[in-house]
Amino acid sequence: MDFREFASSNTVILDGGMGTLLERRGLMPGEAPELWSVSHPDEILAIHKEYFDAGSNVVNTNTFGANSLKYGDDALSDMIGASVGLAKKARELSSSRRPKFISLDIGPLGRLLEPYGDLSFDEAYGVFTKTVKIGAALGVDLVTIETFNDSLETRAALLAVKENSDLPVIVTNAYGEDGKLLTGADAAVMAEMLSSMGADFIGANCSLGPNALLPIAEDLVRFSSVPTVLKPNAGLPVIEKGETVYNVTAEEFAACMETAAELGVRMLGGCCGTTPEYISLLSERLSEKKPKQVKTQKKTVITSHCQSLALDDNFTVIGESINPTGRKKVKEALRNNDTDSLIDLAELQESCGAHALDVNVGMPDISESEMLVRVVNAIQYSVPLPLAIDTSDAAAMEKALRIYNGKALINSVSGKEESMNAIFPLQKKYGGVVIALTLDENGIPSAAEERVRIAKRILRRAAEYGIDKRDIVFDPLAMAVSSDKGSAIETLKAIRVIREELGCKTSLGLSNISYGLPKREAINSAFLSMAMTAGLSMAIMNPASAEMMKAYYSSRALLGMDGGFSDYISASESFSSSDSAAFKAVKDTSDAATLEGAIIKGKRETAGRLAEKLLSEKTPMAIIEEHIIPALNEVGEGYEKGRIYLPGLLESAECASAAFSVIKAAMPKGSGVSLGRVVIATVKGDVHDIGKNIVKLLLENYGFYVKDLGKDVSPERILEAARSEKCDIVALSALMTTTVKAMEETVKLIKSQMPKINVLVGGAVLTEDYAKRIGADGYAKDAMGAVRYAEKLIKSKG
Amino acid sequence: MTMSIEVRMIDLPDVSVNEVRRYAGIGGNDNRSDELMEIALAFSKKAKNTVVFGVFDVKCQGYKVDLGFSEVESRGLSRMLSECDKAIVMCATAGLDFDIAAKKYGRTSPALALLIGAVGSERIEALCDEFCREVSLQLDAKGFKLTPRFSPGYGDLPLEFQKEVFSALTPEKYIGVTLGESLMMTPIKSVTAIAGIRKKK
Repeated sequence: MDFREFASSNTVILDGGMGTLLERRGLMPGEAPELWSVSHPDEILAIHKEYFDAGSNVVNTNTFGANSLKYGDDALSDMIGASVGLAKKARELSSSRRPKFISLDIGPLGRLLEPYGDLSFDEAYGVFTKTVKIGAALGVDLVTIETFNDSLETRAALLAVKENSDLPVIVTNAYGEDGKLLTGADAAVMAEMLSSMGADFIGANCSLGPNALLPIAEDLVRFSSVPTVLKPNAGLPVIEKGETVYNVTAEEFAACMETAAELGVRMLGGCCGTTPEYISLLSERLSEKKPKQVKTQKKTVITSHCQSLALDDNFTVIGESINPTGRKKVKEALRNNDTDSLIDLAELQESCGAHALDVNVGMPDISESEMLVRVVNAIQYSVPLPLAIDTSDAAAMEKALRIYNGKALINSVSGKEESMNAIFPLQKKYGGVVIALTLDENGIPSAAEERVRIAKRILRRAAEYGIDKRDIVFDPLAMAVSSDKGSAIETLKAIRVIREELGCKTSLGLSNISYGLPKREAINSAFLSMAMTAGLSMAIMNPASAEMMKAYYSSRALLGMDGGFSDYISASESFSSSDSAAFKAVKDTSDAATLEGAIIKGKRETAGRLAEKLLSEKTPMAIIEEHIIPALNEVGEGYEKGRIYLPGLLESAECASAAFSVIKAAMPKGSGVSLGRVVIATVKGDVHDIGKNIVKLLLENYGFYVKDLGKDVSPERILEAARSEKCDIVALSALMTTTVKAMEETVKLIKSQMPKINVLVGGAVLTEDYAKRIGADGYAKDAMGAVRYAEKLIKSKG
Repeated sequence: MTMSIEVRMIDLPDVSVNEVRRYAGIGGNDNRSDELMEIALAFSKKAKNTVVFGVFDVKCQGYKVDLGFSEVESRGLSRMLSECDKAIVMCATAGLDFDIAAKKYGRTSPALALLIGAVGSERIEALCDEFCREVSLQLDAKGFKLTPRFSPGYGDLPLEFQKEVFSALTPEKYIGVTLGESLMMTPIKSVTAIAGIRKKK
């Protein structure tokens, strides 16, 4: 019997702990359990057989830690081969009459993925792929991805299974006491993300005892559109009389799992501390029980790596600002590879109340797929909001969806065959909710009925790909009312019909409606209110626009979406502000009267405000020379003399930056003079970057142009940047004794290729002496030291 | 030798402002950063405070220390364990939220990132101290004492020994601490350490 078929109508009993049993049989601390498949095959065989005999329908192969990060190709093949062979033999030998399946077990790699760890997504995917290919060729019945505490690593493993086999796959994650994975996803996020990617069964395992995992199981049942799996530990391990014991008894465990089954969990087993005794009891109580029906999910949900957002629960504002079309600053940021400015824009939109953000990087002369991946990666870990990936280039869409750590909004597909053929397979594979434009090969029909007809066809085609209706949001297209006075009315009509007749959500890119008219926000905001009344679910709009947000909050209140008017009332406090970007009220309690005072005292908002005021009296250069630099010098000296400490120095530096950014905005383009050019990086292997960031901030304060390459940067990349930036100084940071070697390699490479460039090094473990020994030109003991070095160097160059 | 591993979640006393100031390098009566400090201190609530540890048999011969799962040469460690039959090997973490904050504020406010980092350092040290205090109390009743802690990379105990500690404890599985290629741990506010258990004199 096929496993999917069996699982569709039965409560499935899984196996229990392996490590615990191996320890009892003599596995030594530090010894890898998977090695026992080769060194102690009889023990592994006996354990598998005990589980089958106890009533397990599924036994996991002894391959939890078998991966190519730890073993060479041949050893890996042998180990997985032996493990699968032992499970098969146990199945033959077991006297149990229940259906018996063998699952290839895949555990996490033990290294955290970027951006917090040092393993890349592609590397992880490659490692999992090797395991999957070997296992699938050996004829296992299914694959189990288990004990993952990082959503991105889970995605890498699931993709590896999906792209390299047709096997059914169970995915279970290790949740913490707070109900979240280490990297922030909760059960709702994982349920949406994984089922959308095509995981067949989703659940929780390990980490906690059955009682503590019940609420998580309950959430998984509630949010999942596939069967839920639960494999808890027998409690947390404790040491008693020199041995590890688990304090939840088999009886207590079974009782708790019965509750789980009643909640709707359909596949049950145990993890650390559970034994065949536990499984036997579980099987006795539950194996003959008819499983609860899996819930049909109706809500349209997108997620980031740490938040889920149901479009049904509220009107959704998608921030539109990360898009170069008509935005000079975004264009410039993209051209300069300046993701920081885009992160600023993301944070601004978040603070203005956006629920999700659109990301579009399409412009001429830029490789869209490369840039889209870079920008999506930068933004998805900087704000907690889900992203809409906005591109018409299917290849770029695929690359971005692959690394997106959540269930994205895919922007967009249309009724054109070519578009559907390109986008629906991507949505099926990577998951996501798609925005479907109601246009086709014949263009955009003007009548609402025609747009609805296209929507129906899109729904039919999506269903052929197995895409659920709830994962499609229609954009009935707002067209310029200036060229067709009926266009707004037709769009509103289409919104209503799509909602009422098709039962689908709708979205609009609002601002098209006012194209060609003056004071566009007036038209846009009125149209937003009308569209919300017609039942629009979301809009891609500017959340930093006071006009738009006033219309949004007011319409919600009027349409009964804001019970108690609490959102309206709290937002109304900032309604009077005419400055749209400052819709978020800026509170300032500082009493500093001068810019110098504000910088010295560390009052950031005041510094910005006073700099702005000074601009009406003085030239930008005069403000810098007469106010900012003297203040910085005073703070810098205070620091060097031990009167001011590092946090204080930094606060002042941040104030100076705030003042600079106000002044910079007022300077004519190209007039910015920099004292010198610096390329800065934390060296390969080192992920500490607080120190480097401090040096960067201070150097910028003192008028240097700084290109920041980030952390864990290879010598080759630093050399390349030193060349392309035509820099005067390369500044390198390393914090660990182990990474000082990488610093030495970097210095040698740069000095051999570009002997005239000055290399400055610093970091906790470095000394002046050591800096000289590895060939660096300079050593800075702290951030002020780096500034002084740079100043001296530039002066000496004249 | 039997394997014995335990996972504990520990309740910590409130964050010590003085310790945080010390880690942040703030001396004297400097109160310039008090406002930011408030924000950073509030962050202490995000600390996860979990420990995985094992108890292992110890044999010392000269500078060679045999912990059962691995042998290592270290004068410092062998001296600390010289009168011990057993040792605790531990891995503790304050969780990933400090890494997330360092990334977020490192860009927008290095001052705040520095202070939150200091809060994280205070929390992880407090966690290790509190854990060792708990264990000491348990041992005391049985007539044993816990030595101070000794970590890989400290003194002449090579940082490479982290790998052995990780394969013995598998902290990635129990508390989510991973070891990177250059032997750095993630979450960044994590500690591995060895502490000997010896008879009270």
